[in-house]
Amino acid sequence: MYKPCRGEAGVSAPGKRVIWVAGTAVLVCVLIGLYIGFYLTTSPGDASASAVRTPVGTQLYLATVAASELSDPHPTWVSYYQTDARDQNWHHATTYELPRNSLVHVTIYQFDGQSGLRNPFIAQATGVIGGSFELNGKPTRTIDPDAASHIFAIPQMGVSVPLAGIPDSAKNPCDNAPCPLSTDHETISFTIRTPGPGLYRWQCFVPCAAGYIDGFGGPMQSVGYMDGFIKVV
Amino acid sequence: MNEVHHFRRVLLIWVVSSVIFTPLVVFVLAPGIPPGDGTVQSAGQVTDNAVLFGLSTPIALAVLVFFAYSLIVFRERQPEAVLDGPPVRGHAGIQLWWIVVTSVIVLSLAGYGTARMLDDGAGGGQGPNPIAKPDPSQPPLQVQVIAQQWKFLFRFPGYGGVETAHLELPSNRMIEFHVTSLDVIHSFWAYQLGVKADATPGADNIAYVQTKKPLGFDIHCAELCGVWHGYMFDKGAVVAPTQFTAWIRQQQVRFAPIRKSLPPYSTTYFPEPQKRAG
Amino acid sequence: MTAISASPSRRPAWQHLIGFNLLTAIVGAILGYLIGHFIGGRIHAPSLDFFGDTGQNDIAILLGYLFGVIGFMIGMGFANYPVRRMLGYPPTLAEHESEGLGLARYFRLCTDHKVVGIQYIVGIGVFFFIGGLNAMFIRTELLNPNSHAFGPNQYLTLVGMHGTMMMGMMTSVILGPFANWLVPLMIGARRMAFPRIEAFTFWLLMAAGVVLVTTVFFGGFQTGWTGYQPLGGQGTAGYDAYIGFFALVGLSMCLLGLNLLATIITMRAPGMTWSRLPIFVWSVLATATLMLLASPMLLAALLMGAFDRTVQTGFYVPGVGGSSYLWQNLFWVFGHPEVYIVALPGFGIVLELLPVFSRKPLWGYRLAVAGMLGVSLLSFFVWQHHLFVSGINADLRPFYMLSTELISLPTGFIFLCAMGTIWRGRIRFTVPMLFCLGWVFNFLIGGISGVFLSDVPSDVTTHGSFFSMAHFHYTIMGGLVFTLFAAIYYWGPKMTGFKFNERLGKIHFWSLFVAFNSTFGPLFALGLLGMPRRVVTYPTNLQGLNVWVSISAFVIGLSMLVFLVNLVWSQLFVREPEVGNPWASKSAEWQLPTPVPVHDFDRMPVFDSDPYPYGVPPVTSPQVAPAGGTA
Repeated sequence: MYKPCRGEAGVSAPGKRVIWVAGTAVLVCVLIGLYIGFYLTTSPGDASASAVRTPVGTQLYLATVAASELSDPHPTWVSYYQTDARDQNWHHATTYELPRNSLVHVTIYQFDGQSGLRNPFIAQATGVIGGSFELNGKPTRTIDPDAASHIFAIPQMGVSVPLAGIPDSAKNPCDNAPCPLSTDHETISFTIRTPGPGLYRWQCFVPCAAGYIDGFGGPMQSVGYMDGFIKVV
Repeated sequence: MNEVHHFRRVLLIWVVSSVIFTPLVVFVLAPGIPPGDGTVQSAGQVTDNAVLFGLSTPIALAVLVFFAYSLIVFRERQPEAVLDGPPVRGHAGIQLWWIVVTSVIVLSLAGYGTARMLDDGAGGGQGPNPIAKPDPSQPPLQVQVIAQQWKFLFRFPGYGGVETAHLELPSNRMIEFHVTSLDVIHSFWAYQLGVKADATPGADNIAYVQTKKPLGFDIHCAELCGVWHGYMFDKGAVVAPTQFTAWIRQQQVRFAPIRKSLPPYSTTYFPEPQKRAG
Repeated sequence: MTAISASPSRRPAWQHLIGFNLLTAIVGAILGYLIGHFIGGRIHAPSLDFFGDTGQNDIAILLGYLFGVIGFMIGMGFANYPVRRMLGYPPTLAEHESEGLGLARYFRLCTDHKVVGIQYIVGIGVFFFIGGLNAMFIRTELLNPNSHAFGPNQYLTLVGMHGTMMMGMMTSVILGPFANWLVPLMIGARRMAFPRIEAFTFWLLMAAGVVLVTTVFFGGFQTGWTGYQPLGGQGTAGYDAYIGFFALVGLSMCLLGLNLLATIITMRAPGMTWSRLPIFVWSVLATATLMLLASPMLLAALLMGAFDRTVQTGFYVPGVGGSSYLWQNLFWVFGHPEVYIVALPGFGIVLELLPVFSRKPLWGYRLAVAGMLGVSLLSFFVWQHHLFVSGINADLRPFYMLSTELISLPTGFIFLCAMGTIWRGRIRFTVPMLFCLGWVFNFLIGGISGVFLSDVPSDVTTHGSFFSMAHFHYTIMGGLVFTLFAAIYYWGPKMTGFKFNERLGKIHFWSLFVAFNSTFGPLFALGLLGMPRRVVTYPTNLQGLNVWVSISAFVIGLSMLVFLVNLVWSQLFVREPEVGNPWASKSAEWQLPTPVPVHDFDRMPVFDSDPYPYGVPPVTSPQVAPAGGTA
């Protein structure tokens, strides 16, 4: 009486079915592969880099730049760079490996301009040995909150150091990373004591992500730019 | 006759199991349920949870016993033949009683919850105009919680507006938290204190807690606020009043350099949209 | 012989590629995206950048999505009919004449409600498994108290993708496949009220799913499925995919609800009075009402979010006149009905299946109807319990506490009807029945834990913690997903014409039931112990419980694989035909031949009772009597 919707001849031989199942399985595998591939690769510059151990102690050299290199997926984003030795070879990296329970001397070359803090309280340094840091060689405890360009903060260690920005009147600002030391910059150095081994996050507190609400989107919310980890080993 | 017989048996099993399990749940399990009795409010939450557990145990048992009994006793013993059960389509009396009983339970629960909430505020954020206020004869200690991505900072208007990076509170004192945010929505959850209040930008969210003895407590952010939400935690402490005074003096000295840069104390802050150099 | 089924012209397979189908739709989508992206690029000027250059152009991306979806629909052939009519051609049923096409009709516009039902279940199923895969990744990350497998960015994207996929795509998982497939058969109609809209809702949902998946190319979104503002406004372009996804889902839901409402109200056959409507259709009616009324709220909220991101309005930005409470309120005015949209069809399925497997009429039919309508009505008055600690004025808090707790009244009706139905029945433990009984247990726990969350003092502890997460997984996964599988095992053989393997079905049920409770039971404890939701880290003393939960979650994944194996094995390889009425059900759909003919009934059926005349002699009489001896 009724014509069946799915006639016996409609879908057929086992071979055809195998092809369908295999095709679907391949598709699913590709999807899963894409997924995993994506999740493992989307953090540019998340490569880990270790601090340099010298006779005078462990040294960590960092640079904050107003914009990543042009080949970066986000060339307009602010970011941190790191160098292994003082060979001016800057790598885009925001995971730093430090030795446990020891003093680490951190030197940050700050190439970015001034943005200002949303909460001025953070303009006072905390958690550094001696309670102060050196701004261009001068011992400092607080900076003008409006002059802050970034904060290097490791909340779990209580470390928070304000990084002053280069003035708006700077003659020779650096456009894109890597920035040579010949361009305008501020040099901030301080010493911290690392705790026991573990993974500690660091972040910035200055709303430095241009164009995002409250300056806290984009690079401020991406590990590999203004966020990263301290791996204490 | 048969039905009455079955029903009586279900009733009996339910009464026996409820008599066994309800006291176990209320007196053994429930008091151990966090957040503990560190403050008046957290102790109240424990009590509240115990009441809810005590009420829900017999209710859950009623359904479970009924189903277990039916599934065992009324299972089909001759699966080959398709035989129908009795064509019973309802019973007005049972339905009416069900409605009455569940309504009474629900209304009394709502009444109890309201009374508990109006009693001491239950430690929850109540917005700028709290409906459950503490005794006005004892001025509470005001503490402002300023959340931002991804850190809680604290400000004490009673101590010259000093801002601190960590939180300590005096014991045996009514605390008035003013929770606000500088950017996105956070939630200030002081777990052992029994306090949870969302930090919303441009809003002043007030929560009360009456501390008792000294204790350490954990602070978490309980509302997804971005990449470091999972790391937005801190430790705080309730300490003896003298110790607290010493601590706050120490903070005033320590953060004196930045004090002059802080904005005047206010219940909300609207930092300017940031200019961006370079 | 009807005229339509008379000429199924069989063409060579390659010819199916010609004309409007999924291939042309994909081409149309890509072209549309490029056009939209180009236009967006022209509109976007530096002057619009109030703050500075973010390196992304939200206007281009959102316009790309919009034009891409339009291109997709044109490529699918949705424009053909209106264009032809406007040009003066007579109306045709071309979309309906898909009989000789075999599998190909599933990849093109087809207005046969049975084809759409199958399309829905397969289409949503794919995204369901992607969402489930995300859950596995989430639990992998949580094996360790510190961030280790994916890192915080990817972890939050996973959480957001999982939640959004499940709450967006899975909203329609009963109403899309089963209501579309069954409602016409149950009420004696030959089609849905608006067949083209029916197909449209399906393809809209598929477009939505693809839009959501594209978020991974734009950096993901780190807001969870609630997409709270202004955090969403801070998001990278990945959040545009969230907006596009939910807007399409909302539109699809709205139209789906409209279509089902119109069908149920206007297309019932003679004798199908309101008091004879199968209880499943009542649950569809209640759900469709919610869909129709709630989703516009979501669309409005999303539109404002899109404006904030593109043309720099400030609806949700405090400090420039906006408010983040606006999003919270609008979202939950939609969001709370939404969770009942997810739960209500489950009520219907359980109450529809219990009579069949207890061999008794549904006990307390009117009470069950009142329960469903009561839930759907009350669900619009409870949303502020999501904002109990948010700091909005507290004066209305007692009211929302009361209204939330009142929901347990109509839900209690459902339980009473279930209890009355199995009482003194002759209970058969088939696979669908097992899933229904699993629902009873899970929803009981879910419902009782909901009382804790509705009670303000208790909610202060549990709000935003793993407790609330466990609660809604008990109601949604334990409620919806269990009834979904009940429906698949029960109606699946009718829909495809082939039996499922019962042994694998039982393994699936027991492994899922045990693993589910072993996963989400401990989460209540984790919540009470102070673990907030959506965190990538937790205190080290909670690791033991978390590892336990993760391993149980992986067992859930394995259990789902058992289902997949059963599906592929029994439906594609063994293919044991299911021709009769395996459950001896007295419902209308089981009296029709399998497979169901294209136009369902060849004559207007007449109903003379509700679908539950169990225990009424003569025992075997079908209550639908389609003339012509088709049974």
